Amino acid sequence: MTTTTQTLVPFAEAVQRYDPLIGLETHVELGTRTKMFCGCPTAFGAEPNSQVCPVCLGLPGSLPVVNRMAIEYTIRIGLALNCSIATWCRFARKNYFYPDMPKNFQISQYDEPLCTDGWLDVTFEADGHHRQVRVGIERVHLEEDTGKSLHVGGATGRIQGAEYSLVDYNRAGIPLVEIVTKPVEGTGADAPVAARAYVTELRDLLRSLGVSDVRMEEGSLRCDVNTSLAPRGSGRWGTRTETKNVNSLRSVERAVRFEIEREAAVLDSGGRVIQETRHFHEDTGTTTPGRSKEEAQDYRYFPEPDLVPVAPSREWVAQIQATLPEVPSARRARLQAEWDLSEADMTALNNAGALDLVAETVAAGASPADARKWWLGELARRANEAGADLTDLAIAPAQVARIAELVSAGTLNDRLAREVIDAVLAGQGPPDEVVQARGLAVVSDQSALTAAIDEAIAAHPDVVAKIRDGKVAAAGVLVGAVMKATRGQADAPRVRELILARLSS
Amino acid sequence: MELTRMTAAQLSAALAKSEVSATEVTQAHLDRIAAVDDRVHAFLHIAADSALAQAAEVDNRRKTGEPLAPLAGVPVAVKDVFTTKNMPTTCGSRILDGWHPPYDATITQRLKQAGAIILGKTNMDEFAMGSSTENSAFGPSRNPWDLDKIPGGSSGGSAAAVAAYEAPLAIGTDTGGSIRQPAAVCGIVGTKPTYGGSSRYGVVAFASSLDTPGPFGRTVLDAALLHEAISGHDAMDSTSIDAPVPPVVAAAREADVSGMRIGVVTELSGDGYQPGVLSRFAEAVELLESLGAKVTEVSCPHFKYALPAYYLIAPSEASSNLARFDAMRYGLRVGDDGSRDAEEVMALTREVGFGAEVKRRIILGTYALSSGYYDAYYGKAQQVRTLIIRDFDAAFGQVDVLVSPSTPTTAFGIGERADDPMAMYLADLCTIPSDLAGNAAISVPCGLAPENGLPAGLQVMAPALADDRLYRVAAAAEAAFTDRWGQPLLASAKGLGA
Repeated sequence: MTTTTQTLVPFAEAVQRYDPLIGLETHVELGTRTKMFCGCPTAFGAEPNSQVCPVCLGLPGSLPVVNRMAIEYTIRIGLALNCSIATWCRFARKNYFYPDMPKNFQISQYDEPLCTDGWLDVTFEADGHHRQVRVGIERVHLEEDTGKSLHVGGATGRIQGAEYSLVDYNRAGIPLVEIVTKPVEGTGADAPVAARAYVTELRDLLRSLGVSDVRMEEGSLRCDVNTSLAPRGSGRWGTRTETKNVNSLRSVERAVRFEIEREAAVLDSGGRVIQETRHFHEDTGTTTPGRSKEEAQDYRYFPEPDLVPVAPSREWVAQIQATLPEVPSARRARLQAEWDLSEADMTALNNAGALDLVAETVAAGASPADARKWWLGELARRANEAGADLTDLAIAPAQVARIAELVSAGTLNDRLAREVIDAVLAGQGPPDEVVQARGLAVVSDQSALTAAIDEAIAAHPDVVAKIRDGKVAAAGVLVGAVMKATRGQADAPRVRELILARLSS
Repeated sequence: MELTRMTAAQLSAALAKSEVSATEVTQAHLDRIAAVDDRVHAFLHIAADSALAQAAEVDNRRKTGEPLAPLAGVPVAVKDVFTTKNMPTTCGSRILDGWHPPYDATITQRLKQAGAIILGKTNMDEFAMGSSTENSAFGPSRNPWDLDKIPGGSSGGSAAAVAAYEAPLAIGTDTGGSIRQPAAVCGIVGTKPTYGGSSRYGVVAFASSLDTPGPFGRTVLDAALLHEAISGHDAMDSTSIDAPVPPVVAAAREADVSGMRIGVVTELSGDGYQPGVLSRFAEAVELLESLGAKVTEVSCPHFKYALPAYYLIAPSEASSNLARFDAMRYGLRVGDDGSRDAEEVMALTREVGFGAEVKRRIILGTYALSSGYYDAYYGKAQQVRTLIIRDFDAAFGQVDVLVSPSTPTTAFGIGERADDPMAMYLADLCTIPSDLAGNAAISVPCGLAPENGLPAGLQVMAPALADDRLYRVAAAAEAAFTDRWGQPLLASAKGLGA
């Protein structure tokens, strides 16, 4: 059945009549230096097909050798997600034909995943209330990524209707971890927000583990969202759909919301939800059917005969466990208390991706308030203008801390500090060097200031008269003149203070 | 003595003493190939230029007094399933027509490093599936004993090249008997080393859990020399065993079986075996006993399920291994005229590019792995495999080696079994158990079947990593037989004239 316009039930109504059940499958490209089964580099954005060898191209005769670091990273993830780590497990071949799969099978794990049965606590704000949900983790397994197809010509950018396709195998063989949740029940109307919060929390956790750069926009974190509905309170779960191409946190939320609205409409009309893969469209916020699971292929999994079983020793697992960092949610709670921030402030900080930067800036000596102010204010603005992440800015937390220190010492005012930031970002050296080279230090020499103020007063008798008449706002002109005379290096509020004091005497 | 009639050991000694140059040895073999290969068709690719260049380099190195490996300057023929830089690699299949691999197999590399001269690539059943080379897309090879007979397979080209004096040594692969069966029917020596003892990196996979590269030679010592040169741990092959190479050359030189316990496998004889094969086998057992071995009969009750288990496991793995031949990246591409999508081009290419036997096994394997059938077929076959390993374990608790005929029959006629896959599959009846268990086995000539004057082989099987025992037993039998016959068996081969 194909319909071009889809009937939807408004979300609020849908969740009144149906309980949503969600499940998430997240693929994470590991940040290992080399690929899963060969020594090729994994750097993103290289010239197409420049990071390939006989193994990741699947040339006849080539054989895979497991990257030990990828196993270690997967165990790290498993442990951080409170999973059991297998004492013995195997890779399996998942057989299907696709041009971006060099061997026409993917080395993956099937019935013997490396990590099983864990959980992740997720907190989120929904309708002004604070909720925590424990999301069960079904499994964490390791596999190899496929190449990337670029379909040229045609309207959709998908293989159907394309004139021709290009394949870049640089991505083929990059270690990919799949994290599958157990079905998450009971989130009700919060399901879309909960789904988003889970992916956010997972992303932060993976980042803190140092196992991936978790960039959704570069595809190093990819998400499939499963959604099904049951008539409210019945527990009779319907058929689920699997929505792919969900490439941002916002999309996770929108995709779940849309599927709830769509499936509710199908069920309301007495229809049947088809088990299928659906594609999420960023532009419209809708999903459309992909291939139907009912006619889906049989992957003919069998144990990969080219690899030997993986049997991580308990000593090794214990060593990895000992190096795990503090869980992000616990760390956030600790920092929130230490920094004396509200829940909302903390969330804003986290959503801006500034948590680690602020923490490092505080560690370098800045006050939490200053660190927050600079990263969320001036620096966030610069990042935004450049279309970059905060972490991409060419300024180190320690440098931000130094600038904050110079400001509180009175050496810099805010305007000068912004100038220093510009210079640091432009690669002109660390803050102290910039201050020195440009002679940016605030003029605090009282006599020089006094002279400039005297000059300004003498030059603007009309303004002086107004001020003396009580029009204090006119002082701005004098302040401006003084600032001009001192090439901006005076502290404007201080100048204003001095002027007013002088004229009132 | 004519250079092409010399053994690898003799050539090695003469080369070391500079009595002959690698260039002369290589040229002599290229001349022999030019003279007989139009009749034998052992080679798919003759690498005359690179062989002579390699030989010249070995000669230069020897002149500088550089210490060289034993095989430096000794020619070797390589089965066309090993990747070779600057040479085609077809696996006997149209689907790889024109493919020049950008890399050398580990074994190709090791041969080059040892200074062995690669004469060319030998014919084989397509993707090593077959027992006669009749499944080669490029026509069958012929048995130098009788050009109307098959040379065995799948490594039939390698065996024929050695038996026809086109090369003193050759490399093959054994998945279900593909070295031992052609060695037996061509009257030469062939070894399947312990699985993991010789690297599979660069061996185009047929059945990954079974494929084992190994040597062919006209003598047991020659096979041992090549066995040693290609063996040892390879970090590029995860299934490669990190253990010292068994002392096969020393064992071949000792050739002493006194006090060894030899078990005759009850299940590998009887119905379906050619009488002349059985009588030659019985004679070989008596001979070994006369040399001081203690012979007993040993039962391996699950061996009778080896063939069906093999024909589920090998095709299952093959169906997946051969999926990569899809016209997208290398080899044949059919139907890419702009009117078809990628999937249609894949299907057309595979339709045209694969032969009937390959397609049969892909279909068999695809079926055996399908959901709903996996447990009954692939899963069950793996259980049988475990039982066969246990049979071996129990047997090797009682004896040092096991023996059987290498093949149920001598070489059959070209075309005789081509339309009867089951009859063809039976050629590997005796060799399959060792492949399933991953242990070591050798085939050594044990005389001619009286009824047709064609060679029969004695198979010796040893536990994993006890490959040296094979050579000890085979060399002792070879020495005693040669004494009895007055000349090597191969001297009676008349297929190419006297």
